[in-house]
Amino acid sequence: MGTTLCWLGRRSHILCWRQKDVAKACRLISWRREWRHPRKMLLNQLEAVAAIPARYDDNVDLRGGRADAQSWMNFRAFPWFGMDIGGTLVKLVYFEPKDITAEEEQEEVENLKSIRKYLTSNTAYGKTGIRDVHLELKNLTMCGRKGNLHFIRFPSCAMHRFIQMGSEKNFSSLHTTLCATGGGAFKFEEDFRMIADLQLHKLDELDCLIQGLLYVDSVGFNGKPECYYFENPTNPELCQKKPYCLDNPYPMLLVNMGSGVSILAVYSKDNYKRVTGTSLGGGTFLGLCCLLTGCETFEEALEMAAKGDSTNVDKLVKDIYGGDYERFGLQGSAVASSFGNMMSKEKRDSISKEDLARATLVTITNNIGSIARMCALNENIDRVVFVGNFLRINMVSMKLLAYAMDFWSKGQLKALFLEHEGYFGAVGALLELFKMTDDQ
Amino acid sequence: MAECGASGSGSSGDSLDKSITLPPDEIFRNLENAKRFAIDIGGSLTKLAYYSTVQHKVAKVRSFDHSGKDAEQDHEPPYEISVQEEVTARLHFVKFENTYIEACLDFIKDHLVNTETKVIQATGGGAYKFKDLIEEKLRLKVDKEDVMTCLIKGCNFVLKNIPHEAFVYQKDSDPEFRFQTNHPNIFPYLLVNIGSGVSIVKVETEDRFEWIGGSSIGGGTFWGLGALLTKTKKFDELLHLASKGHHTNVDMLVQDIYGGAHETLGLSGNLIASSFGKSATADREFSKEDMAKSLLHMISNDIGQLACLYARLHCLDRVYFGGFFIRGHPVTMRTITYSINFFSKGEVQALFLRHEGYLGAIGAFLKGAEQDNPNQYSWGENYAGSSGLRSSPPEPCPSQRTRGGAFDLLEMDRLERPLVNLPLLLDPSSYVPDTVDLTDDALARKYWLSCFEEALDGVVKRAVASQPGSVDAAERAEKFRQKYWNKLQTLRHQPFAYGTLTVRSLLDTREHCLNEFSFPDPYSKVKQRENGVALKCFQRVIRSLDALGWEERQLALVKGLLAGNVFDWGAKAVSDVLESDPQFGFEEAKRKLQERPWLVDSYSKWLQRLKGPPHKCALIFADNSGVDVILGVFPFVRELLSRGTEVILACNSGPALNDVTYSESLIVAERIAAMDPVIHSALREERLLLMQTGSSSPCLDLSRLDKGLAMLVRERGADLVVIEGMGRAVHTNYYASLRCESLKLAVIKNSWLAERLGGRLFSVIFKYEVPAE
Repeated sequence: MGTTLCWLGRRSHILCWRQKDVAKACRLISWRREWRHPRKMLLNQLEAVAAIPARYDDNVDLRGGRADAQSWMNFRAFPWFGMDIGGTLVKLVYFEPKDITAEEEQEEVENLKSIRKYLTSNTAYGKTGIRDVHLELKNLTMCGRKGNLHFIRFPSCAMHRFIQMGSEKNFSSLHTTLCATGGGAFKFEEDFRMIADLQLHKLDELDCLIQGLLYVDSVGFNGKPECYYFENPTNPELCQKKPYCLDNPYPMLLVNMGSGVSILAVYSKDNYKRVTGTSLGGGTFLGLCCLLTGCETFEEALEMAAKGDSTNVDKLVKDIYGGDYERFGLQGSAVASSFGNMMSKEKRDSISKEDLARATLVTITNNIGSIARMCALNENIDRVVFVGNFLRINMVSMKLLAYAMDFWSKGQLKALFLEHEGYFGAVGALLELFKMTDDQ
Repeated sequence: MAECGASGSGSSGDSLDKSITLPPDEIFRNLENAKRFAIDIGGSLTKLAYYSTVQHKVAKVRSFDHSGKDAEQDHEPPYEISVQEEVTARLHFVKFENTYIEACLDFIKDHLVNTETKVIQATGGGAYKFKDLIEEKLRLKVDKEDVMTCLIKGCNFVLKNIPHEAFVYQKDSDPEFRFQTNHPNIFPYLLVNIGSGVSIVKVETEDRFEWIGGSSIGGGTFWGLGALLTKTKKFDELLHLASKGHHTNVDMLVQDIYGGAHETLGLSGNLIASSFGKSATADREFSKEDMAKSLLHMISNDIGQLACLYARLHCLDRVYFGGFFIRGHPVTMRTITYSINFFSKGEVQALFLRHEGYLGAIGAFLKGAEQDNPNQYSWGENYAGSSGLRSSPPEPCPSQRTRGGAFDLLEMDRLERPLVNLPLLLDPSSYVPDTVDLTDDALARKYWLSCFEEALDGVVKRAVASQPGSVDAAERAEKFRQKYWNKLQTLRHQPFAYGTLTVRSLLDTREHCLNEFSFPDPYSKVKQRENGVALKCFQRVIRSLDALGWEERQLALVKGLLAGNVFDWGAKAVSDVLESDPQFGFEEAKRKLQERPWLVDSYSKWLQRLKGPPHKCALIFADNSGVDVILGVFPFVRELLSRGTEVILACNSGPALNDVTYSESLIVAERIAAMDPVIHSALREERLLLMQTGSSSPCLDLSRLDKGLAMLVRERGADLVVIEGMGRAVHTNYYASLRCESLKLAVIKNSWLAERLGGRLFSVIFKYEVPAE
């Protein structure tokens, strides 16, 4: 056999490859027109394989021979996307290769080039699409290629426009696979196929979330740590953000706060369970705020909340007992009844929209904190990682969660946060692209 | 009636209505002797508790002094009956809207005749607000009690004293309530009180409980947020709105996110992914109903989820829900139940309490009455004086309610004797006394309600006849008729009103109503006469039994027990015959009996057993007076004694129909002992013991028996239980499993029941059971 490919077990492998056989090997591989540079690509591929951590091996089942070489050589054509279509937001990660050679660029199809240019030169797309420039991961090596990872989001209601655009831009001609997760991957699968002639590769959202999170944490945030916590969470004056090393993350309770909330207990990279969830999530906050204040966006709602005072709206323990409720060890300042003051007409007439927004935010956040804390106790886990777009630009909630975990557990529980809050599912989806075999 | 609730003062609903006139016959009864008050003032309802004594007429029997007289003289009754006044203790609870509080306090002040009471225990959020008013009106010092302590004390009290207190809510079933058998050990449990916020309390013993958590998302959130969203001010109205809405218009469901694919993924598409997730838009209007419904779901689900998490963490599976959010609202019971089932995957049951609204008042009362040790007594719900559970959906406009509907009553009698489980029950926690659940079985319910309606005339007639010297007997009897008739009508529409509806509860309700109108023992004279007649036949019956061979005698004894059981004024078919044909004799009864094989016939097994070693001690629950106990039970007892078996003969503490009471049984036994040396020596040597059951019911609840009886049963090592009569062995205990041998005998004296059991009128049940080893 011209190709010498030796596998020693599933976990560790040694690749022996004679340079002169590369061309021959490439001929063995079914030719795909976008593979303009088989030789370079193969070398990239070798590099990629070497770079892939051991954990990916299980999915690469190669046992020699032509067909296996083909699978192994399963290089993913650009563009590289990972998509997470949630109930409210679509999260899109895009890998922009920065190591494109002149030769490669020349060969690059026009379509591909225009996508790359469009995405990387803008920070806003249409009326609602936004690129979170501050989150961009630079000089990343993914699947053997160097480049930048971009983080883009747009509302799920714009999904049809997005699909329409894919159709107009003849995206299907790129013969790429679109890896997608989130409920929308299922909901819009048919539309992608019918309208844009695109086949979605649907992925489990919790798998993606965990793999994406572990990956982003492992590569770091452009040299800075991805994970952080709040020091002195119970003291507003001393409370500050501090980096946290998540090298040894297990077990962790992962609380994903999107429109709704999912809570997972993660014991290892592929051993996890969904513990519970709640329908009181980011969607509830925004939905109620819209109804109560007439605001229209998450940003607007948060802005109002930042200015409001929830104690006008909520009934506190001291409102009922005149002070602390000692029998139960409850502080007078604790909320006894969210929106409880709104039972009275006089109080309803005297509060501001900002107060209402704040009360909504506090109610939803504390409730998630409460459920998460109970889950942590039931699962006997002391690290609680909060992710999801509900936390985007939402310092109020993060500090409340940090406070709640610390205070109610008497310091036993630690609340952790991650910089790329809501994007892990999309990253996880992108990672799946590299694991795919052709028959998938 | 003033425009009270509708005046629009809004949420707290505390505008006072002074114009109401209160009917003293119906509410605040027995106020003259009231002592010890407690009050629980909530956001909209006030619950007042007081302890009072009730004077009751009771029929006492007393043996004549026979010294120097010939006891066998004709026409002489075997004992004399006298009606005496007896004082019993009763707890009264009255629940009314806060709007009536001033009128009610005035009423109490005017009617409170002689009380040494100086203090009123107060609890609830409104106690502080109305403190001055109470102190001014009643001139009582207000003593504030901790809300949660009161709630838990009250909860323990109802769980211990009221059978069928707890129920689960089952949507779409008729009725929606399924009552639970109280566990003999009520602890530990979780109490989730949903007031304006939520408190979750773990209760471990009578005095030990711990606040283990809570949530600020509770009834106040529903009310407050609901008022903001819908501009609807009242809690009840919000619930009403919610019951008409569709949350799917406001909530983001799993199917909204996943499209149709949820089915293939095995997800339930109807699950709410994000509450209010669809309302995050400025360009759509949402209906009040839909928003209220979504809010209700959001809050109920959240509470249910937290309750499950706490229950799991503390390894508790009994979770009781209370608080104004729940209080009698089928809508919230339904959503909470759904949530608990969903989050616990069926491991935890959401339990509700019939008297949930009274817990605080009961607890406050108990706190104030600690020196009286109310907890050392057993208490029983008085069906005549309690209004029962309602299930009407919340009325959107309280001012349209009838006056009676504005008041809800609970009365509990202090029982003379503490009640406990029969130690011989195989599994006290799963013991259900009643054979047929009429709440469940609509056909049977219809039959029995009609049956009791039809029998009412006869009962009224009997009641009047029992008090020939009384001038107002007819009037009282008419009041009794009205009261019991109304109860029956209530039960037709709300069979769940007093817990599981059973033949037993219908009979007990009738007894309570009779007592209420001073007919303590309408059958006393009948029993007296019949006992007299039967005593005269005793020796003859014994002689003929003794003349038989052993095997023949055993059958004759059993037939005697069964024939005696035909003499039952409780069964309509028989009371008709007894009324029209007073000559209906023992022999005639024997002829009426079904020939063997009987409908249920394990006689051969019993006979076989008798050939073996004697039982150590038999516990016999007697049924009727007269022929039944004297010519049926006593010869049977005599045979057992002769075999070397000790006998405990248990009779009712108080009268019920023509059932033999404990005091009657003492006299009867004394008279028999005078004629029969076997009985005589057994009584003297305490091999035959007469005991009371602690009950005044024609049926038998083995989980509520006199403590002394239970102790004796344990002491003597009873290894045989004999239960006779339709009330005790068929309507109740037919399926009761005991740890020892048991004999259940009855003659079916009701053709409908006989048919149902696959037999005919006067079919015989002879059920001899030996527990599996």
